Amino acid sequence: MSKRIDVKDLNVYYGSFLAVEGVNINIEAKSVTAFIGPSGCGKSTFLRTLNRMHEVIPGARVEGEVLLDGDNLYGPGVDPVAVRTQVGMVFQRPNPFPTMSIRDNVLAGVKLNNKRISKGAADTLVEKSLRGANLWNEVKDRLDKPGSGLSGGQQQRLCIARAIAVEPQVILMDEPCSALDPISTLAVEDLINELKDEYTVVIVTHNMQQAARVSDRTAFFNIAGTGKPGKLIEFADTTTIFNNPSQKATEDYVSGRFG
Amino acid sequence: MTTNSLTTSRGAGRAGDKVFSGATLAAGCLILAVLFGVALFLVIQAIPALVAPSADIQGGHGFFAYIAPIVVGTLIAAVIALVIAAPIAVGVALFISHYAPRRLASGLGYVVDLLAAIPSVVYGAWGAAFLAPQISPAYGWLASNMGWLPIFQGPASATGKTILTAGIVLSVMVLPIITSLSREIFLQTPKLHEEAALALGATRWEMIKMAVLPFGRPGIVSAIMLGLGRALGETMAVALVLSSGVLTASLIQTGNQTIAAEIALNFPEASGLKVSTLIAAGLVLFIITLAVNMIARWIISRHKEFSGAN
Repeated sequence: MSKRIDVKDLNVYYGSFLAVEGVNINIEAKSVTAFIGPSGCGKSTFLRTLNRMHEVIPGARVEGEVLLDGDNLYGPGVDPVAVRTQVGMVFQRPNPFPTMSIRDNVLAGVKLNNKRISKGAADTLVEKSLRGANLWNEVKDRLDKPGSGLSGGQQQRLCIARAIAVEPQVILMDEPCSALDPISTLAVEDLINELKDEYTVVIVTHNMQQAARVSDRTAFFNIAGTGKPGKLIEFADTTTIFNNPSQKATEDYVSGRFG
Repeated sequence: MTTNSLTTSRGAGRAGDKVFSGATLAAGCLILAVLFGVALFLVIQAIPALVAPSADIQGGHGFFAYIAPIVVGTLIAAVIALVIAAPIAVGVALFISHYAPRRLASGLGYVVDLLAAIPSVVYGAWGAAFLAPQISPAYGWLASNMGWLPIFQGPASATGKTILTAGIVLSVMVLPIITSLSREIFLQTPKLHEEAALALGATRWEMIKMAVLPFGRPGIVSAIMLGLGRALGETMAVALVLSSGVLTASLIQTGNQTIAAEIALNFPEASGLKVSTLIAAGLVLFIITLAVNMIARWIISRHKEFSGAN
């Protein structure tokens, strides 16, 4: 239940502005890949092209190919809705649906497309997803309460439970811990370590220690200056990126001599 | 002697605070005073009609027998207006906020707002002179094909000046209110929630069902209630369009009357007890509108826990 991602010569545009240029990257199945780099270098933009969420922004478009186990996400006739059921996403700020209970939040994606699900199957799925997100013990007695009543870290894990309930192949995380306190961050990081047994995980983070802790491979993005496109500078094993990078820019960034 | 340095403060800033809080308090009290004053006026002026012997009231069967049919007529006209306007308004608002290209959306928004700028007497004239004659053949068709339904029972009005026509005109009048309020609400849907739905593999319509409508629900209810308030109280359009009469179940026959139109049509020539009766009718309308607003607030607050405000 996980697929690899191969990106070939990807350019991302906002209107006529080239935001990210020439990305080539191969993301292995069942691994955690971290994207690091200074603000505005296009790593979040690039992450969003992996499930076509960048299309929410008017004028955003890409050139190049993103292959999910060989299938081009941008091939003719590909429905972005179908892409997103395979490639789930967790956002920077926890965003459970405020009008739904915890249980309904977990089931939100499953109930889409008018899929019918029996109550028993739904109960099983809710428990499995919440256990998968290390949240079950904290919320099992209040599944009918609103998700917005949980703490930030719990909300973020609820969002992860919601994402894994639809059984995607890949989970994208856009700075999932940036709005969380250290304890909640630890809980989410532990969870990411467990998720890679079943899913391909791609995480954008500003926190280099976090990248070092959770990821197998790390990609460093950089930007030459304002108005210039972001580029993938280096992509290697996380230990290599942090201990023995081949590029000067990567070494400067991970050792704190930059930005 | 020691003085606490924290007791001294900037005099000017304090004065500004006091003036401002006083002004807001006065504004708040003024609203209450006006509301209370109107209610008091209505009650005092209505008492003669409420206590008068039944035979003296218009119709000869007491105030209740006089008011009941026009209360029902008012509600029928308002309900027709909302049944037609609410779905269209929410649909137009969604189209403007989530479907239309940006340039078309702003243009359409202006046009809808323009609908609100048309005076109600113009709507009334349009309804009476244009809509009613145009629509009366449809009433004839309804009477002959759907006549088994009590609401479409014949014979249909030949002029088309029926409660249904009045309701349709009212629906056009409340449309801009509901549309522009709903549109504002829909535009405020947090991007986060919309993206959450899309990232789960929701189509645009599913995203709207999942994120936009639940978030906007209290706002839609308020918008509809505001529209209902307008439909209940609208006078001129109904007075011009409706050829009034006794309460009838059929919407396509001549008949029925609304409170506001009844007051407007009879007040100029009224005197004595008749004035009291009409003011009492106004009091009833006031109470209905108040009740509608309170029910709306109750509906909204019932789901406060899930509103997203926390």
